[in-house]
Amino acid sequence: MERIPDSPLDTLRQYEIPEGVTLHLRVAGPVVRACAWAIDALIRTLIYLGLAILLGYLGELGLGVMLIGFFLIEWFYPVVFELHNGATPGKRAMGILVIQENGTPVTPAASVIRNLLRSVDFLPFLYGIGLVSMLSNRSFQRLGDLTAGTLVVYRDQNIERMEPTTSTALKPPMDLSEEEQLVILNFAERRETLSEERRQELAELLFPQTGLQGGAAEQALYRYANWILKGR
Amino acid sequence: MKQQQFELENQPLWDEIESLIHDLQRKRQHRQLSKHQHLQFPHLYRKLCSHYALARSRGFSPALVDQLHTLVLRGHPLLYRFKGEWGWRTLQFVFSGFPRALRRQKIYFLIALLAFLVPGLLMGTACFLNDELIYSVMDESTVAQMEQNYDPANDRPGRSVERSSDTDFMMFGFYIMNNIGIGFRTFASGILFGIGSLFFLLFNGLVIGGVAGHLSRLGYHDTFWPFVSGHGSFELTAIVICGAAGLMLGHALLAPRQQTRLQALKTRALEALPLVMGAALMLLFAAFIEAFWSSSSVAIATKYSVAAILWLVVVLYLVLMGRNDGSG
Repeated sequence: MERIPDSPLDTLRQYEIPEGVTLHLRVAGPVVRACAWAIDALIRTLIYLGLAILLGYLGELGLGVMLIGFFLIEWFYPVVFELHNGATPGKRAMGILVIQENGTPVTPAASVIRNLLRSVDFLPFLYGIGLVSMLSNRSFQRLGDLTAGTLVVYRDQNIERMEPTTSTALKPPMDLSEEEQLVILNFAERRETLSEERRQELAELLFPQTGLQGGAAEQALYRYANWILKGR
Repeated sequence: MKQQQFELENQPLWDEIESLIHDLQRKRQHRQLSKHQHLQFPHLYRKLCSHYALARSRGFSPALVDQLHTLVLRGHPLLYRFKGEWGWRTLQFVFSGFPRALRRQKIYFLIALLAFLVPGLLMGTACFLNDELIYSVMDESTVAQMEQNYDPANDRPGRSVERSSDTDFMMFGFYIMNNIGIGFRTFASGILFGIGSLFFLLFNGLVIGGVAGHLSRLGYHDTFWPFVSGHGSFELTAIVICGAAGLMLGHALLAPRQQTRLQALKTRALEALPLVMGAALMLLFAAFIEAFWSSSSVAIATKYSVAAILWLVVVLYLVLMGRNDGSG
């Protein structure tokens, strides 16, 4: 995995795919993964209880089945779900999933490896080793992830595109670098996530040289944005 | 080209790709897609990738770039996903893949075997000669329980209680959970620079050797050896194989050669995995023998003959199986 040059301290990991473009993967940290694990632990406990109650009536035969069930759940509960859709129910609920470091779905071998090594990550208690490992590399990988070459990342979310504003296009009074153009576009597209005061404050800060204040500064930015999008 | 024009021109294509991705992600719709649509996907996907690259390099708006990136991200696993034929692969693994994988790692197997066998034999001999030594690896109540289980005076070989078939099945479940669990831990703990695997091998060697020596000293041969000799073939060999797989992880970390430690670990883990899976299958089989055969009250001579055959099967299986499938 290549490093982002001059990258800010964030959780975005890049991987270049054969098509020549770069995938951006947002890795999940210890807290969200601990929550996912807690949900899974609850589900597992419920399955254990269910098995115990159901098979309790069958005497020693039932006990045998139950022990086999315990074994399978202890070691293969995550494997089954990861191979099915990339995430255990707990991970699914937290919006994260397991993938290979190259962005492809987790392979059977990798899934088995990362879940066998779970027994070491869990040592000395409650994922002590796993936590130390996660905190000492850039992608929050526990030993199992490092060995299997897997990442736990956030699921892709569908982004809501905002309609461009209806204001007319206006050529910006100065030459804008590509980065500045992006900032303006980003501002216009994110406007509904900001309060009015904050929008005006940002708009004033962005291009103080125009001398525009408050609402006028904000409207000017929308018009620049439209010019960048559509041209005259 | 300005962004708006770019979007107007390509939106229909993106919609088409999105609906195709949507269908491919769902099992039922996936089956209804025509062959043509399947073949179309890589082509469309590459177009999408180039549009994404264009949008980025031309500095189009972040929301558009995000939208295309999300599609690229969703399509990528669909194009590069793993497709398995489980039945065939399992059969091939059992009858060729596993023994071949093990033979490629002979050295690790031999080291693991020594780490298990040497302490086992030493402890066995020592416990055969000395009455007290067994207590250094087991506590008093465990020793007492074990002595009672194999006491010929109980007249019930193997276990202290006459067993029904239900009990056999319960023990089957127990052996699966306990033994395969030990196998998996023996492998996994190898990542602690091999120390974990070595510990499990040494410790199991000491305990098993100690028990065998101690019970032989007490003169319980006819209850102990017929019981363990059969399933021991698969069980002990499998534990040693798990240890060997764990040692591979440890060795990768200690001596990564031309690779980084991390790369070496990943490569070796993939090579070690077939060993662990094969050993797990062996342990499953061992659990079956232990639960349903070892505990049965057949004549001792029969048990020893079957045990001899089982040991022969293990050796021949691991040495010869899959020999003619290519090299190795």
